[in-house]
Amino acid sequence: MPQNRLNQNEPVVHVRDLQKRYGDALAVDGISFDIRPGETFALLGPNGAGKSTTIEILEGYRDRTAGDVSVLGIDPRHGGRSWKSRLGIVLQSTGESGNVTVTEQLTHFAGFYPHPRSVTEVIEAVGLGEKAKTRISKLSGGQRRRVDVALGIIGRPELLFLDEPTTGFDPEARHQFWDLIRSLKAEGTTILLTTHYLDEAAQLGDRAGVIAGGRLIDIGGIDEIGGAAARVPSVRWLDATGVRQERRTAYPGRVVAELVAELGREPAELEVIRPSLEDVYLDLVRTADAAAAAAGASAGESATMTDASTAAETEPGSGSASGSGSASGSGSGSDSDSGSDPDSSSHSSSSSSSAPTTSKEIRA
Amino acid sequence: MNTLALGASRIGYETRIYFRSPDTLFFTFLFPVVMLGIFTTAFGSAGNVGAAPDGSGGISVGAYYLPGMIAAGMLLSGLQNLAVDIATEKGDGTLKRLGGTPLSPLSYFVGKIGQVFATGILQAALLLAVAHFVFGVALPTEASSWYTFAWVFVFGMITSALLGIALSSVPRSGKSATAVVIPTVLLLQFISGVYLQFYMLPSWMQNLASLFPLKWMAQGMRSVFLPESFQTLEPSGSWDLPLVALNLAIWLVVGVVLSLVTFRWIRKDA
Repeated sequence: MPQNRLNQNEPVVHVRDLQKRYGDALAVDGISFDIRPGETFALLGPNGAGKSTTIEILEGYRDRTAGDVSVLGIDPRHGGRSWKSRLGIVLQSTGESGNVTVTEQLTHFAGFYPHPRSVTEVIEAVGLGEKAKTRISKLSGGQRRRVDVALGIIGRPELLFLDEPTTGFDPEARHQFWDLIRSLKAEGTTILLTTHYLDEAAQLGDRAGVIAGGRLIDIGGIDEIGGAAARVPSVRWLDATGVRQERRTAYPGRVVAELVAELGREPAELEVIRPSLEDVYLDLVRTADAAAAAAGASAGESATMTDASTAAETEPGSGSASGSGSASGSGSGSDSDSGSDPDSSSHSSSSSSSAPTTSKEIRA
Repeated sequence: MNTLALGASRIGYETRIYFRSPDTLFFTFLFPVVMLGIFTTAFGSAGNVGAAPDGSGGISVGAYYLPGMIAAGMLLSGLQNLAVDIATEKGDGTLKRLGGTPLSPLSYFVGKIGQVFATGILQAALLLAVAHFVFGVALPTEASSWYTFAWVFVFGMITSALLGIALSSVPRSGKSATAVVIPTVLLLQFISGVYLQFYMLPSWMQNLASLFPLKWMAQGMRSVFLPESFQTLEPSGSWDLPLVALNLAIWLVVGVVLSLVTFRWIRKDA
């Protein structure tokens, strides 16, 4: 069995003030987060935001410029072979020649690890049972990706890195993959996931962090991230003149009741919509982009979103009582034009409301 | 598994992949055999090499070319094979994936060098068999000749493999690896007495070739397979086996040092 040298309460991944500089550019600019044992943490962000750099530092592939990092209790800079035997790494993409069969490749890699899983079981688990004797070079892109995943889990890792694991999967394969990851979670595997499929992050993640421009712009539970304000539902309907109306409100039932009373009939095309993780994410990223542009415009002054947060006001009814501690709403009460509101970033940086376990490490 | 057991399992894995790659099979494994066939067939009618003016004596073209082709095979199986192979693995993500596993780089190199020996020995055996059975070349019968063959072969193969590992860090991408490595190796074969009879080359070219290991491997192999009388065709009039050993030793050290200095699982912070 894999030995668990970590205290249950000690984070599996611990990152503080991580910086990575390439020449003059800061690819990673002061990121901090923790991943606890057994947790699935989704790292989200646009291309070029610093996700891959961050992950590759954690995997030991890259050196960092500054900051503290520990993975399974060890600084990845000094991670030796016994450390690597406790990790599973699924890299973003590979173009290996693949002149070996699926079984040959997995059997070979299983030999690297002290307590590997059964090759046959892993091949079945990733849905390649019928391709076991096929050369990897003969597989489709999605099937090759499943081999990558199989190679990542063959060593029975305590911590699994999944860098955009389902790129090229058809919907059925993606659902199958999710089931596989859930079974790994059930066994207690800690997972760090990056993905561009926000539904995937929502399905698998326990918590998420959003990176933009090398900074962590938000972190929190997968259903809390963005703050309660960003999750305020919208009520939509067509008014008497056929124009679409939308109102964001924490009390959609009350709004609908008022509408019905006001109109004296059923509102046309009535919808109550709760923002998906994707909506929340896009809001966060656009806001960060706007803030970065504004900071750039103010010529080098390191104006930060965090500074703006001091001006945040908590509006009544914006969900501050939701208990997660991540809600310090901003400009959210009604008729929000999602995203263009310059204040709406501030909910990501509340200073005093963090619950003890949800470390909100937003850096300036 | 410990490092060496893993290395042994890598030898099997690497050798299997080697024989499944058509490019390698032709340009590395079969190339010297093909060249031996072409040269022997093309120049066979011109009479024996080193014959007297009346056409008597000398040895057949096939017999003359065999030692050069064995030396070329050593260079191809070691240097060309590993330089292209490792550069390609660096480019296509193989090394990055391995670098994220507990596989020790030592096991990796045991696998590579083991594969070089496994395929190199098969290649030499094939060359000897084709030369003997197809072209009727008489092989040495004295044990001392085979003793020389053994040490030149082992020494040359290790040197060639290590230089291949060192050279693999030169190409900037896997795709450019063959374009960088194959012409370099080909050039070396032309000036080192593999395709052209070494004694016919101008002395400046002989001196240039003497700076590189292939000339010494070819010379060592000529001492095994050619008659004693052919010594007089060497630049110094002798096989100079101690010099062969010395030059291979120098290149071996160069190969070890360069390999240790240049090898990385991935290009960090490229």
